[in-house]
Amino acid sequence: MNSLYTYLFLAALLFSLGIFGVFQRRSLIGMLIAIELMLNGASINFMAFNRFLAPDPIVGQIYTLFIMGIAAAEAAIALSIIVAVFRRLRSINIERAQELRG
Amino acid sequence: MTDLIFNVFILLTIIPCFWVALSSNIVHAAFSLLITLFGIAGLYVLLGADFIGVIQVIVYIGGILVLIIFGVMMTQRGKLLPLSIQLPGKLFGAVLTGVILAALLLSATRTLWPVAAVLGEPQLTSAAIGDLLLGKYLIPFEIASVLLLAALIGAVLIARRSVRGE
Repeated sequence: MNSLYTYLFLAALLFSLGIFGVFQRRSLIGMLIAIELMLNGASINFMAFNRFLAPDPIVGQIYTLFIMGIAAAEAAIALSIIVAVFRRLRSINIERAQELRG
Repeated sequence: MTDLIFNVFILLTIIPCFWVALSSNIVHAAFSLLITLFGIAGLYVLLGADFIGVIQVIVYIGGILVLIIFGVMMTQRGKLLPLSIQLPGKLFGAVLTGVILAALLLSATRTLWPVAAVLGEPQLTSAAIGDLLLGKYLIPFEIASVLLLAALIGAVLIARRSVRGE
């Protein structure tokens, strides 16, 4: 049961559900939550390959650490953008944010 | 015993993950993400990565998830809008997701992974991770720290109330 394939299937499921969440959500925070799910799926893949394939069993863990750091930065920036959008439009519905111009 | 714990963590990861993507209540989605992240931390420990498991709990559950729940609370106002899009778009998303899931599963099963015949015993990893981060991976580590600092300053700058505009 504790095999590489179990982890790969789990990671594929998490990644796909994250993609579906990003597609079907209408609220910006819902999309952010789904993106966290996708990042975790990628991390699980790194950790599983690190345990079952890699001769040096630490390097994959370093990558997972970097993914966590990037996820933290991304969450902070995304939430501040969400707060700014909410203050401007009084809503975080992405369909209300269509009037944004570059 | 280990198999039982493994199955429990797998279920803890998979079941709430559907709520994360599909629930019609954003608070339920956020708390389901909490359980999923906890299950993933348990799986990391079972993969022999004690340090990463603890960091997962601290950073994701203690940091990112609290941020997300704060965001949920700060941006709810009045009547809750429907959280999901209408059917045609949803169907398109489901088809695309199915294609991606099929591709991932196919590539996972069709590839011949050179799995090590005998797995090494899991060992304590903190010291080795510290060695690598301050040795071979020093420059990415420093870049990540600068990135975090820039994200911190940028987040404050974007989210603050503008002084003139009010």
